[in-house]
Amino acid sequence: MSAVRIVADTGRCIGAGQCVLTAADLFDQDENGIVELLTDGVVSGDDVARVREAEHLCPAAALTVAPDTDGTTGPPGQQGA
Amino acid sequence: MSHPSAVGLTNGTEPLPDFPQLRQCPYQPPPGYRELRENQGPVVRARLYDGRPTWVVLGHAQARELLIDPRLSSDWSRPDFPSPSPRRKAIQKATILVGMDPPEHSAYRRRLISAFSVRRTRELSVSIQRRADELVEAMLEKGPPADILGGLALPLSSHTICRILGVPYEDHDYFEEQSALLVSPQVTEDDATQALMNLRTYLTTLVDRKEKEAEPGDGLLDTLVSEDLADGSLSRDDVIRLGIILLMAGHETTASMITLSTFTLLQNPAQLAVFRADPGKAALAVEELLRYLSIGDVAMRIAAADITVGDVTIREGDSVMLSTSEINRDPAAFEDADVLDLERGARHHLGFGYGVHQCIGQNLARAEMESALTTLFTRIPGLRLAVPAEQVEIKPAQSGVQGIYELPVAW
Ligand code: SF4
Repeated sequence: MSAVRIVADTGRCIGAGQCVLTAADLFDQDENGIVELLTDGVVSGDDVARVREAEHLCPAAALTVAPDTDGTTGPPGQQGA
Repeated sequence: MSHPSAVGLTNGTEPLPDFPQLRQCPYQPPPGYRELRENQGPVVRARLYDGRPTWVVLGHAQARELLIDPRLSSDWSRPDFPSPSPRRKAIQKATILVGMDPPEHSAYRRRLISAFSVRRTRELSVSIQRRADELVEAMLEKGPPADILGGLALPLSSHTICRILGVPYEDHDYFEEQSALLVSPQVTEDDATQALMNLRTYLTTLVDRKEKEAEPGDGLLDTLVSEDLADGSLSRDDVIRLGIILLMAGHETTASMITLSTFTLLQNPAQLAVFRADPGKAALAVEELLRYLSIGDVAMRIAAADITVGDVTIREGDSVMLSTSEINRDPAAFEDADVLDLERGARHHLGFGYGVHQCIGQNLARAEMESALTTLFTRIPGLRLAVPAEQVEIKPAQSGVQGIYELPVAW
């Protein structure tokens, strides 16, 4: 599976923690309760499904998952429309 | 007032179904909602207690779309903000946070979220578990029969919210009594207002006391008083009103979930066996119980602009009510939605709401439910209802939080 990039909008985050409950190895909440990425934002393999679930569950639409358009990972030609 | 229009709600008196409707079983949505969704679709028209027409959302996809739409307002201070009952109307006047829109809402919520984060909940889960152990132990010592609501669910959730807020636990009887007044069935708008005034007086005294303390405690109210009130970023009134809403929201709902979950599991022996077989799956089970029971049934909104959802156009000023219980039984979102399946793993239920108002205490509620249910069913393997299930009395829909008055058990 090609890699994706997660972007967390800390301005929109309402601290519900759904992301942490979904993938505690990829997301955390900082001391103010706001989402924090534990990776550089690029994930691949099985983690893709989990970040998509977190995106779906986030009640504030604070997470966006998009194809990794930097081309740092993943095959060319599969990058998002 | 809603704007008369061809597509939106009219102010007319055409016959419309009532909203909300009564539950006939403590853990099933009112049967009338199913009929409406099947016959008329996921967004239907109904009439509120005061005669005002409203939209009622019964579909999961539509609810997600609407609850995240900034054109749908939660601003309770709008004079025409709708209400499902007179009691809710009284509460609407006295609270804060739930009834606000961003950016005002976000500013308040941000001051609170660190006290409710996943990490903070994990820290607290030790004391939650200890309290659950003590309470179940006390039940065992006293011997059957026992009441799950009074003996376990309420004291556990009161203890937890007291810990979070920094409210002396000795006072829990008092605010439990006041909150009970707010959710009792035949409560009038006056009674509800009186109970809220009592809570306000209680919190005013508490805030005064905290202001004089040399060393602030580790509760959320202590932080709000020593930081936000001290530097003027929150007013006294803000702190008091935040305290009221958290105190109220924090114990009635969770207590209800624990009690109803116990009842539901006792009524579903096969699922109870699943639960007992692997306490490691308790988190999954709790998620399904939250979906299945959906106790905080009604979410209220008002359209701040025209919004089209599917083939329905909601007009500016229209009332919009969302029935979480029916939404969480939408077959388009959950396979065999009426089946309780503790291993389902459907975390996309809207039991805590969705959008910026999604329940701030959700992780605490999960921790409390997990501790209460695992402790109860492991420590008391022979647990059973002490009365026939039909005799368990259901709180009426108008009480806001779905629940039962007591749950007598024996073993
Ligand atoms: S799920 Fe969304 S709102 Fe909740 S903590 Fe994560 S990013 Fe923030």
